[in-house]
Amino acid sequence: MSTPIERPAPGSYEHDGDFQQLQGPYFGRYGGQWMPESLMAALQEVEETFRHAVKDPEFTAELNDLNANYINRPSLLSEVPRFAQDHPGVRIFLKREDLNHTGSHKINNVIGQALLAKRMGKTRLIAETGAGQHGVATATAAALFGMECTVYMGEADTKRQALNVARMEMLGAEVKAVTIGARTLKDAINEALRDWVASVDTTHYLLGTVTGPAPFPEMVRYFHQVIGDEAREQSLEQTGKLPDAVIACVGGGSNAIGLFHGFLDDKDVELYGMEAGGAGVETGKHAAPIALGRVGVLHGARTYLMQDEDGQTIDSHSVSAGLDYPGVGPQHAFLHDTGRAIYQPVSDSEAMDAFKLLTRTEGIMPAIESAHALAGALRLAAKWVADGVVDKSTPQDEQKVIIVNLSGRGDKDVSTAATWFGMVPEDQTEAGE
Amino acid sequence: MTDTIRSLTAEKIEQARADGRTAFIGYLPAGYPTIEDSIEAAVQLGNNGADIIEIGLPYSDPVMDGEVIQLATAEALENGFRVADVFHIVKEVTSRTDAAVVIMTYWNLVDRMGVDEFSRRFAEAGGAGLVTPDLVPEEASEWFEASDKYELDRIFLTAPSSPDERVKLTVDSSRGFVYAVSVMGITGARGEVSNAAERVVRRAHEAGAPRVCVGLGISEPQHVAEIGSYADGAIVGTALVAALRDNGPQAVGEITRNLVTGASKK
Repeated sequence: MSTPIERPAPGSYEHDGDFQQLQGPYFGRYGGQWMPESLMAALQEVEETFRHAVKDPEFTAELNDLNANYINRPSLLSEVPRFAQDHPGVRIFLKREDLNHTGSHKINNVIGQALLAKRMGKTRLIAETGAGQHGVATATAAALFGMECTVYMGEADTKRQALNVARMEMLGAEVKAVTIGARTLKDAINEALRDWVASVDTTHYLLGTVTGPAPFPEMVRYFHQVIGDEAREQSLEQTGKLPDAVIACVGGGSNAIGLFHGFLDDKDVELYGMEAGGAGVETGKHAAPIALGRVGVLHGARTYLMQDEDGQTIDSHSVSAGLDYPGVGPQHAFLHDTGRAIYQPVSDSEAMDAFKLLTRTEGIMPAIESAHALAGALRLAAKWVADGVVDKSTPQDEQKVIIVNLSGRGDKDVSTAATWFGMVPEDQTEAGE
Repeated sequence: MTDTIRSLTAEKIEQARADGRTAFIGYLPAGYPTIEDSIEAAVQLGNNGADIIEIGLPYSDPVMDGEVIQLATAEALENGFRVADVFHIVKEVTSRTDAAVVIMTYWNLVDRMGVDEFSRRFAEAGGAGLVTPDLVPEEASEWFEASDKYELDRIFLTAPSSPDERVKLTVDSSRGFVYAVSVMGITGARGEVSNAAERVVRRAHEAGAPRVCVGLGISEPQHVAEIGSYADGAIVGTALVAALRDNGPQAVGEITRNLVTGASKK
């Protein structure tokens, strides 16, 4: 028996505005708490601590202080005219999360949750990591707050991100390679959950993205909202208006929801989430669950999943380890169904072309994850030009403005990129699969 | 507990009680190592003293399982196991043993087939109910409906960490028996049964559960005997799976005969 693919048409779900007010545990029919009973009490404790903390001026003061003086916020909003030069009439700006301490947006959420862990009296942090960015950020926070730290990482990822493994160990974390299942991010989450079931008295599971059971999707979003709030203000300052579109890559979707949130109720701002199209959605080798369109439950949430007809998770594929996850945050599933945000796959090669273009035209090397968002910006800009919406005679105040979330820097990806572009002799390649 | 609907697992546990025994519940994964051998092993289990047989559905992301069961279910999937194969297995086992047969499943597999469709086919095969390790009553509205419609037992889990109101919720939502998780952790044989188990069982009984069975970490007849002093049934998984892995279906019969020596209260 095969189940027909369920894929609500974008816009088919009615929702009357006020997107910013959305809280968990459900986003439309998505989200929830599909979790073992053993963890329900811990989730309740996390949620209560979170709701209490965000209303506590002492907590927000401490968070703001760390944002400013440890993470290096606000991050810049930089225009990249040479990157946009082939699309006259379109201005592209980058939200520079790559300039945050530890090199990506991940630290925003990590510092927030580590503060909550401290409030709960937990002495140990555990985390999953794919590309290593979230693991590095968690190991960093553990060092800062004097906590123990264990990071679970799929064995396949420990190989393609060996340098980040060394970084985490240098910071005092224990990195456990997961050798079961597909040996990537989803298996690292499974192992972290197994650890948490047995260690929940002393340990906080510092989940790195806007998936998982409530309250994680809402809580992780909360700590990333600063991205969109800053970008909105900076856009008004630098261009005198709101952007026409904001674009981010979507794996689990934390950097995207952080950017989107500030604009959710600005109806004229288009929101784009770029999924990892891998070798192409039609090949089956991708990490684009919204494009695939099958709803199910994984890791605590009902959402779009990479799954086969039986409901077994399908291994995801992407040149970028950070997008190599078979699910997507439940709020993104909801934003897709409502039509408020548009999700499209970007192939490995399209992303790598954008990676190279930004590096060569602006001297900014993006994370390959973020390169998916850059490719989305180029696609949208080309469409506007092709449709005659703008051209080289468009006066500046009428030009289209796109903000791209540059969620991380590309240092960790140099080896993958060098292999991709054939810059390394065959026998010296160590990554790129 | 809703008792207006006939419960096959309740009948088995009460029968054991009347016989002066602790009910014995054995877990084996469907399709491991092959579909035929998994049927054979479950029949051995049922014909050597198990009152209830728990058939585990292999799943790609089994977050509550330890290594022995993970490796077994992964092997079943590699060998091409499909979810719908479980109905054939259940039908065979119910026809060749007197045990009640439940399925232990992570929820996405049921969700994908459709809760009603899964329940209908399972009931048709003679199944008794579902054990649902990653489904809490709050998310189970479709399952409540289908389990009433097809008269299946709802076996929810209660844990050492569950606060009183959640114990009550679990007890009120379950039919047949409540599955008491003896330890904060995943499946796997342990040297001794956690001393948290007795408290978990007592709290479930106090919240009104007529039948509470204990799982996680049970591997010896004396564990079964110890649990029998306060619980209504003992659930063994990893020890059986390891026996099947090492010595085949016959070994499951042998280890079951040994384990049930701990179940007699006479």
